Amino acid sequence: MLVAVLTYVGYGVLTLFGYLRDFMRQWKIEKCQNATEREEQKDFVPLYQDFENFYNRNLYMRIRDSWNRPICSVPGAKVDMMERVSHDYNWTFTYTGRVIKDIINMGSYNYLGFAQKTGPCQEAAAKVLSQYGAGVCSTRQEMGNLDKHEELEKLVARFLGVESAMAYGMGFATNSMNIPALVGKGCLILSDELNHASLVLGARLSGATIRIFKHNNMQSLEKLLKDAIVHGQPRTRRPWKKILILVEGIYSMEGSIVRLPEVIALKKKYKSYLYLDEAHSIGALGPSGRGVVDYFGLNPEDVDVMMGTFTKSFGAAGGYIGGKKELIDYLRTYSHSAAYATSMSPPVVEQIITSVKCIMGEDGTTIGRARVQQLAENTRYFRRRLKEMGFIIYGNEDSPVVPLMLYMPAKIGAFGREMLKRNIGVVVVGFPATPIIESRARFCLSAAHTKEMLDTVSLSSCLPSAHNIKNVYIPLKRKCMIISENFFFPAITIPVLV
Amino acid sequence: FESCLPSWVLTGAPAYHLILEGILILWIVRLLFSKTYKLQERSDLTLKEKEELIEEWQPEPLVPSVPKDHPALNYNIVSGPPTHIITVNGKECINFASFNFLGLLNNEKVKSAAQASLKKYGVGTCGPRGFYGTFDVHLELEERLAKFMRTEEAIIYSYGFATIASAIPAYSKRGDIVFVDEAACFAIQKGLQASRSNIKLFKHNDMADLERLLKEQETEDQKNPRKARVTRRFIVVEGLYMNTGDICPLPELIKLKYKYKVRIFLEESLSFGVLGEHGRGITEHFGINIDDIDLISANMENSLASIGGFCCGRSFIIDHQRLSGQGYCFSASLPPLLAAAAIEALNIMEDNPDIFQTLRTKCERIHKALQGISGLKVVGESFSPALHLQLEESCGSRENDVKLLKRVVDYCMNSGIALTQARYLEKEEKCLPPPSIRVVITVEQTEQELDKAASLLKEAAQSVLN
Repeated sequence: MLVAVLTYVGYGVLTLFGYLRDFMRQWKIEKCQNATEREEQKDFVPLYQDFENFYNRNLYMRIRDSWNRPICSVPGAKVDMMERVSHDYNWTFTYTGRVIKDIINMGSYNYLGFAQKTGPCQEAAAKVLSQYGAGVCSTRQEMGNLDKHEELEKLVARFLGVESAMAYGMGFATNSMNIPALVGKGCLILSDELNHASLVLGARLSGATIRIFKHNNMQSLEKLLKDAIVHGQPRTRRPWKKILILVEGIYSMEGSIVRLPEVIALKKKYKSYLYLDEAHSIGALGPSGRGVVDYFGLNPEDVDVMMGTFTKSFGAAGGYIGGKKELIDYLRTYSHSAAYATSMSPPVVEQIITSVKCIMGEDGTTIGRARVQQLAENTRYFRRRLKEMGFIIYGNEDSPVVPLMLYMPAKIGAFGREMLKRNIGVVVVGFPATPIIESRARFCLSAAHTKEMLDTVSLSSCLPSAHNIKNVYIPLKRKCMIISENFFFPAITIPVLV
Repeated sequence: FESCLPSWVLTGAPAYHLILEGILILWIVRLLFSKTYKLQERSDLTLKEKEELIEEWQPEPLVPSVPKDHPALNYNIVSGPPTHIITVNGKECINFASFNFLGLLNNEKVKSAAQASLKKYGVGTCGPRGFYGTFDVHLELEERLAKFMRTEEAIIYSYGFATIASAIPAYSKRGDIVFVDEAACFAIQKGLQASRSNIKLFKHNDMADLERLLKEQETEDQKNPRKARVTRRFIVVEGLYMNTGDICPLPELIKLKYKYKVRIFLEESLSFGVLGEHGRGITEHFGINIDDIDLISANMENSLASIGGFCCGRSFIIDHQRLSGQGYCFSASLPPLLAAAAIEALNIMEDNPDIFQTLRTKCERIHKALQGISGLKVVGESFSPALHLQLEESCGSRENDVKLLKRVVDYCMNSGIALTQARYLEKEEKCLPPPSIRVVITVEQTEQELDKAASLLKEAAQSVLN
């Protein structure tokens, strides 16, 4: 409770200062440093409304150096970062030319450690690159369907345990281009509160009615399903053509895992269809790395549309959809991506083929299996350590995405900078990716992290002189004792404000 | 008793005043205790009836079944690289179907630059641009593109389709007005749909129609000047249209821009690396100051033979996309090897500016050679490297037209020229173009090959259409 109040106070102070600075900028007391419209176009309707950019100018600019950090090595467990400084409070950056070496990388989505510059995956990709070239220059339906793509799709279908699969060049586009092909007007989409932007965009572009259920809350979902079937479409009362439930395997900002057995039971009971987005969970969950379906030990045929991306656990780029043969045939014909978007680049396809074979154990080694187990161990160990130290951690025990709550706006910037000083790179997120008072730091664990690295990270997170975010209480919704050391909040805020 | 009544009662407030107030108080008490009516009707169905409804409801199948011989279902399988000589479905052919205009797909320098990047960075970037997914190659590519196009800044996307489809909704929101050409490609249509703005289509390349729409909008504005002051206006056109092969009249558009105060977004996927003396696109072709165009968007999948896309323009405009371009913020960044390939391709483009003239000469040659085929007409400018061959007379239904064109394409494929039909999603397009065969010209094709292709098409048209 106290923390919530202090967080609001923090944002309030920042907003006041923001208005003050805007006022000074308008009256030219302070120099205005953002880019402006052309002289010839000054009488056009302004492109941005002043208010839209308020957050950007006044809050985001102060801590802008925590994001978009440029790196110059492979994004593995340790990464090299280009040093950049700002002499005008983050309005512009200059690169000093120095490279900070060996930063422990807790921000890249490298769950199974396939982001490597040596090894069988890289060698296979290099061979295919020299044979095929980098691009394809055509769409799947025209002249861009290479034999490599066919090979990849058969392999992915086998890996997931489904009849057939289709691969696309971009994970985001997989959602935004295929959901409109599956549902349209007269259909209903039930989407989780915290779904990713690509799912939301795909649902909007489809033209179907969208209803939101509370995050991972099965009662809310059941109520919506019942109401939908009983009452039909809103004004005409016609029955819905189809109902599609959109859920994710692991939610990237919460670290929570979907309650798949219950969702499947509901889906069967109410005859709806399930679209599962396994962007983060494929490769990262389950005893054999086959995702959240494997983790719960369920039958992959129960999920109507299994979607996932190759960016996270496979160290490549792109997305896939797996399911029954009729579904995939339909997508081959009617998906926006198949008709209008260029197909995947051959070396990327080869990287995926090699890494999937490695995870399945078909390359003759047990590296894949070992990595999956290492990731699970790392997850358990790291979460236990952080909990012991008293941090508030969201999410499921087994999820390799670990959000650590910060709450205060001042801590967002401070945490990121202090960790960088200790050679650890973390990701901090605030509004608008998370609710305004629930900013957090997010750790993405990897099979490539060793125990020593995890120890270093957890110890550095709690050095009291750095940032005093040690809160020993359970999140705000439940009640418990509050022993928080937030007195230092003003001490951190004031240097950030000036 | 009299002492506890308020003084005005005693002094004599009129009786009707008191009675009225008494009635009002009684009315309020009644309203407070009466049953509330909810505006939404509550269902009066019993639990059993609800369960019956749930039992009875049958959804449609998730997807309708697709007939086995659907033309778009059976893909051509290309074994090996889709370069100048391409192996399609087992047959070796000369490639007239891939958008490899400058022949950089098989270029050794490009491949070795990509190999070097692969050795240094691996394949994937494992994160979006905001979270440790920004590599120095990305920054370098953005700088090089901005310098090449002579703009202040450039921003890269990892997928060509997503480039314009994310750029438009970042600026144009609900309530804004966008004037777009009828022949705009599907990516632009999706971007417009995502933006939820008012779309006004004008006839393809018809400036009079566009001016009419702009004038109508102006009269609307005069009725409501307050609203007009905050409604943004955009024109979205393509440099070289993919669906029709012709170019937009940019000088007239610039005039309209300043007259009616509309911003221009130019989509240059096909014209980047093709038009203009140095390949800078349609602005160089017409000799227009690049700052007059608010945003130029292009994909790197045609001339640059890589994957991805970019937008370039002034920092004032481009910087906004770094926080509000959906395909930029919420998606992983471009794999470094593809960015390195694009940089090398740019180097080659800058070092050999004569390839653009070579390409143009070849286009004109084949354009001339394809004239006069009975039954097929050539659609596209003479210097456009992506032409369409449409049927002169349709045979009634689109399905039959598609079948006829397929026979022409198969005839050519069997004789060693790889062609393809232009594929569209028939139900989704706003203005569906007629079925056509796509002919793509690249610098790698020799003059004999061009002549062979033209004569083969003549033969095919003869045998199939007559």
